Amino acid sequence: MPPGITTLAADAPELSAANTGFMLICSALVMLMTPGLAFFYGGMVRVKSTLNMLMMSFISLGIVTVLWVLYGFSLAFGADVGSVVGWSGDYVGLSGIGVTELWDGYTIPVYVFAAFQLMFAVLTPALISGALADRVKFTAWALFIVLWVTVVYFPVAHWVWGTGGWLFEMGVIDFAGGTAVHINAGAAALGVILVIGKRVGFKKDPMRPHSLPLVMLGAALLWFGWFGFNAGSWLGNDDGVGAVMFLNTQVATAAAVLGWLVYEKLRHGSFTTLGAASGAVAGLVAITPAGGSVSPLGALAIGVIAGVLCAMAVGLKYKFGYDDSLDVIGVHLVGGVIGSVLVGFFATGGVQSDAAGLFYGGGVEQLGKQVVGVVAVLAYSLVVSALLALAIHRTIGMRVSEDDEVSGIDQVEHAETAYDFSGTGGGSVARTTAPAPAPTAAPKAKKVDA
Amino acid sequence: MKLITAVVKPHRLDEIKEALQAFGVHGLTVTEASGYGRQRGHTEVYRGAEYTVDLVPKIRIEVLVEDEDAEQLIEVVVKAARTGKIGDGKVWSVPVDTAVRVRTGERGPDAL
Repeated sequence: MPPGITTLAADAPELSAANTGFMLICSALVMLMTPGLAFFYGGMVRVKSTLNMLMMSFISLGIVTVLWVLYGFSLAFGADVGSVVGWSGDYVGLSGIGVTELWDGYTIPVYVFAAFQLMFAVLTPALISGALADRVKFTAWALFIVLWVTVVYFPVAHWVWGTGGWLFEMGVIDFAGGTAVHINAGAAALGVILVIGKRVGFKKDPMRPHSLPLVMLGAALLWFGWFGFNAGSWLGNDDGVGAVMFLNTQVATAAAVLGWLVYEKLRHGSFTTLGAASGAVAGLVAITPAGGSVSPLGALAIGVIAGVLCAMAVGLKYKFGYDDSLDVIGVHLVGGVIGSVLVGFFATGGVQSDAAGLFYGGGVEQLGKQVVGVVAVLAYSLVVSALLALAIHRTIGMRVSEDDEVSGIDQVEHAETAYDFSGTGGGSVARTTAPAPAPTAAPKAKKVDA
Repeated sequence: MKLITAVVKPHRLDEIKEALQAFGVHGLTVTEASGYGRQRGHTEVYRGAEYTVDLVPKIRIEVLVEDEDAEQLIEVVVKAARTGKIGDGKVWSVPVDTAVRVRTGERGPDAL
């Protein structure tokens, strides 16, 4: 999110149909990232927990949308309260907003801004779910989302992007969510898994991804949706900055794919599809905070660095023994930190703002601000997320029973299985479900399919 | 009668099937199987984590034959299945007491 475009009172912005249309499309693109993420994660788990993994992301579309309308938008983007949170009565229920009322300083309606930011709020908790594969009760997860967005995401979005938010006012550069989305989600993932522990069989049983094509599909949808996430974060196209962001998104992601693949070829001997997909996401994460302030060559450097360092970081969980199941920490936390900190080195001072990084003669001032932003979001999210998980764990319990986890969470929590493996014969007798008992009275009206 | 069982590499199935048809076998049963012999498994790498896959995919082919054809048929299967590389599989035979064609009730060699 950029600092507000300063305008004279006499020169108030007018609604731009072009920017409004562009932002509506960007909002839809960002929406697509959540199901994309669901597939990215869903392919990486074992067959028996595929549906649970998909649902952990998908449910966020339901829950967070409702909360956003009720109070989320107000907490994140309402009038500043003490630099830490927002609140505006007009935003509660999105009820006091005029149809043509413009987002302050911009050429798009408040409603469009609210819709765009909603999609970010939906995606962020879904990112956390990758660390919690195979083992978390669905109700506990749903409750965690409610609490987490309320006390972590909405306030942190205000810190980083809200007028008056303390990181925003300090001048921390986070174009589209390196801190507020990726470090936030990655640190939360770490906090939660420190409370709930490892999967049964972690480091002992093979936990191979069950469908790499699904992972590839998910990564491709994320990549596509990310153009809206990143380029849309400038909230319009009046000065070309959004276009720079768009290009840098592609450049950094491509570089990160290559970085990850070359690293793993040298280290492990093969170019893997999982490596390519993971490298793409690492690059997308790293360019998210930075793409509006660096040159294409800067984006290229950030992508390569993120690709290689994230490929190294995903091995840490085996070394330290924490079960970050699908590498939310290794990719999103590490990638977010890399991108956010590298702004302090690669910012040219000639794109998003005039704040230049260390490599462009700006000294260490911006770097210092970036580090403050990283540490603040990381520490707050880590601690509060762990406390929330602990509260749920001590009350309704975060985890399914060990038996249920081993036999497969899909059947236990969702009464479904992802795939029918019964072959061509239409299923074996043992798998056939008994027909539901016939209703005692005939239905009053028959529904006829046309 | 003998039951010939062959556990072989999946991609040899078509060769074996054609060889058996040329030999005059009227029916066979194929099952997807997994296992290992001297070949052991292979290693896969996911985000740097190495997994040893012990059980590799195989197919199991079963054919019922009359006693006098058994040795020759085994030779046919072995020849068609062989690639010369480790993991080509095994072929064996066991005696069979009886066999019944379900539709007609025919027994013994008539049921083949």
